[in-house]
Amino acid sequence: MYAQMVKSEGMKSAEEMTPEERAFQNRIDRNEKIEPKEWMPEGYRKTLIRQIGQHAHSEIVGQLPEGNWITRAPTLERKAILLAKVQDEAGHGLYLYSAAETLGVSRDELMEKLHSGAMKYSSIFNYPTLTWADMGAVGWLVDGAAIMNQVPLQRTSYGPYSRAMIRICKEESFHQRQGYAIMMKMAQGTPEQKEMAQDALNRFWYPALMMFGPSDKDSVHSAQSMAWKIKMNTNDELRQKFVDETVPQAEYLGLTVPDETLRWNEERGHYDFAEPDWNEFFEVIKGNGPCNRERLEARRTAWEEGRWFREGLMAYAEKSAARRKAAPHAAE
Amino acid sequence: MSRKEWPLWEIFIRGQHGLNHRHVGSLHAPDAEMAIRNARDVYTRRKEGVSIWVVRSADITASAPSEKGPMFDPAESKVYRHPTFFDIPDEVGHM
Ligand SMILES: [Fe+2]
Ligand SMILES: [Fe+2]
Repeated sequence: MYAQMVKSEGMKSAEEMTPEERAFQNRIDRNEKIEPKEWMPEGYRKTLIRQIGQHAHSEIVGQLPEGNWITRAPTLERKAILLAKVQDEAGHGLYLYSAAETLGVSRDELMEKLHSGAMKYSSIFNYPTLTWADMGAVGWLVDGAAIMNQVPLQRTSYGPYSRAMIRICKEESFHQRQGYAIMMKMAQGTPEQKEMAQDALNRFWYPALMMFGPSDKDSVHSAQSMAWKIKMNTNDELRQKFVDETVPQAEYLGLTVPDETLRWNEERGHYDFAEPDWNEFFEVIKGNGPCNRERLEARRTAWEEGRWFREGLMAYAEKSAARRKAAPHAAE
Repeated sequence: MSRKEWPLWEIFIRGQHGLNHRHVGSLHAPDAEMAIRNARDVYTRRKEGVSIWVVRSADITASAPSEKGPMFDPAESKVYRHPTFFDIPDEVGHM
């Protein structure tokens, strides 16, 4: 998902827990929210910083593939819509960074870790956006997959994270629908436009399935994260739900999901589908996807070239504060 | 690493005329004026408010979570503070 393969601390049984840890787990089991200054196990805090931080980085880096098309949108209206969508993603990043900071990590530290590669962002944003139809596919599939994961996370145990998710979910539906609207337009357009839409679906289908991360049935990390309610569903559950919802949407568009094994399984009440190529996924995670270098470079450059601006505004703020102190009434 | 991080601000928004300002989240900004400008873009992109307050996070004093019991439990036994504590006969009519 936007947070993939987040490592969490080892799982403890009720007997192994300290009385504090047991009381904490009981609060979570009662669906109480945990707030920033309250006692929490160190593992809970660390895992959340990793997860929320990775989620925030994904929102920010996720602006790049779509930002690529803002100046080339086919109409002024499409341009305004895409700009608003990308601006929302910046907002999502900011809500999430603030939530992570309540756990005792600073914004600069998070930035440093993104830029050094110590923290990751979602694999999906390492794929290029080659045509305008990709703006449709990204909104429809990528935001669609993100919604699958973010909706249940509104109920997560950590208060600031849950509130950020509620705010984000309110805005996500616009993202998916504007993407699907682009796909409808293209799919009902000229044969060449329909071909572009099909090509975008072909390229984004498997990377979208990878967003949920590899199967985590036997992972201890996800068992602990699920006990803490910072992961609400298994990766496979969410992936299945995504496929079940998306296939009929593709059919409506008259487009073909690039999976010959895809069929409705009457018995299971779900679609059977092919797994993505997990080797490709691990390569992308390691930094060897088609756009990893370009994405990180863009983020580092923005950070470096914005330094004089951040420092200038800070110096100005300090100077005017000092001036106000020296002459309290003159500044009014 | 930048020389000094912009300070953190808590953002409060009045959603509609007649309502209280409510805490909506926080953000970094060099000063109060920039905090308000940034809050407009971060928290009111869909007309969520008619007024914004910003307060430096460092200036907020909070009650300690560990004192939750002594702080709030005393109110629990004062059930007579609620109108339903008193039985008023139906004949009296609405009160
Ligand atoms: Fe987002
Ligand atoms: Fe989105």
